[in-house]
Amino acid sequence: MNQPIPQPPPPTPPSMRLIATLGLIAMFSGLAIVLVYQITFEPIARNRREALEKAVFDVLPNAVQRVNYRVDQDGLTRVEGNEVASANAYAGYTEDGRLVGLALPASARGYADVIRVLYGYDPVREIIIGFKVLQSAETPGLGDKIETDPAFLQNFEALSVKLNEEKSALLHDVVTVKRGQKNEPWQIDGITGATVSSMAIGQALRESTAELLPLLAPHVDVLREAPSSDGGTS
Amino acid sequence: MMAPMTPATDKPDVATFQEGLWKDNPVFTMLLGLCPALAVSNTAINSLAMGLASTFVLLGSSTLISLLRHAIPKQVRIASYIIIIATFVTVVDYTIHAVSLELYNALGAFIQLIVVNCIILGRAEAYGSKYPPLKTLVNSLGMGVGFTMALLAVGGVREILGFGSFFGIPLFGSSFQPWAVFILPPGGFIVLSLWLFLFAWIKQRKEKVHAA
Repeated sequence: MNQPIPQPPPPTPPSMRLIATLGLIAMFSGLAIVLVYQITFEPIARNRREALEKAVFDVLPNAVQRVNYRVDQDGLTRVEGNEVASANAYAGYTEDGRLVGLALPASARGYADVIRVLYGYDPVREIIIGFKVLQSAETPGLGDKIETDPAFLQNFEALSVKLNEEKSALLHDVVTVKRGQKNEPWQIDGITGATVSSMAIGQALRESTAELLPLLAPHVDVLREAPSSDGGTS
Repeated sequence: MMAPMTPATDKPDVATFQEGLWKDNPVFTMLLGLCPALAVSNTAINSLAMGLASTFVLLGSSTLISLLRHAIPKQVRIASYIIIIATFVTVVDYTIHAVSLELYNALGAFIQLIVVNCIILGRAEAYGSKYPPLKTLVNSLGMGVGFTMALLAVGGVREILGFGSFFGIPLFGSSFQPWAVFILPPGGFIVLSLWLFLFAWIKQRKEKVHAA
């Protein structure tokens, strides 16, 4: 393939030499990239998993064990192994197997890009107990206050998401109001200077709770059972 | 824009390294690589990470290009350089992704954009293709350090004024009202222009002293 082509160095080398040079360089480049991809594949997947795991335990205080579930119109199914990517509800339990709550995903369009969050839901008290931003491109210093503003985060210590009697819908939708105007437990006090971002959090939670909570309601007793010893540990 | 390559010898010396620090500083003198210098310099830590990633790509690609400088025909040199640079960037991209997801998210799309950083192709063309590997390595290291310093100079000022902190350590206590404009894109332009002004002024003064 790369046999030397004997020739004196003329002003323009033959095309073959140019093609061979580029081909060789591209080949080695491809090899190097495949090698690095192979080496880093496992650590990258582990990082993603750890980030999600950390987020689950962040929004569910005191939880040390996790069980992944998928909940949809067909009911609640436990997912493990390779199917974990399809999970949309992560139940967190304390050391002695008591259910702390569920970590659920939500997303909405923010100021710059989609904001993805994970929030903690306590199905027994029917409140949101915390949230964590997984992905956001909000303006640094303004929109990213949704992650740092202490007054805003206080909204999520016990945000009411009570279901109605038939357990088919929320009694009151989660809604973001202007700063200082929160007077109901299902309202979120917005952030001045980060209106769009704080509204987006409200919208994300509203849509996600309206969809997932009625689906989860019939299974709360199943969820409250302590996780079996064969799985579910972090 | 490119200053004349002074040393005629192939042996690296202190001047080879220093070139990129001050006289030919990529950002402040040659005005190269301004895209990352403006875009990811909102905090000191982002600046440092971007500077180190660019330095690594610069070192690897220019040294390899210097090693291959007799094997690559002149007609396809730019295409070859770009492939080599893109390979190094991809390696850095995966490595940062594997080391820290947080850092990867913070640097975002800008790691991939190292490919088009003019400093790197500039070094390959102006230095790597002419000088032996060791000399190229030393010169590229100087350029990388100079670039990182420039990013830190911009990022440090922006973080101090825009967040009231340096490397994430709060400086002024809770009563400080941060100037949000400094972490927004306009702040990047303002701080960079002030640094450029300062450097131009110092240079002018020096010339006046020499002339006198």
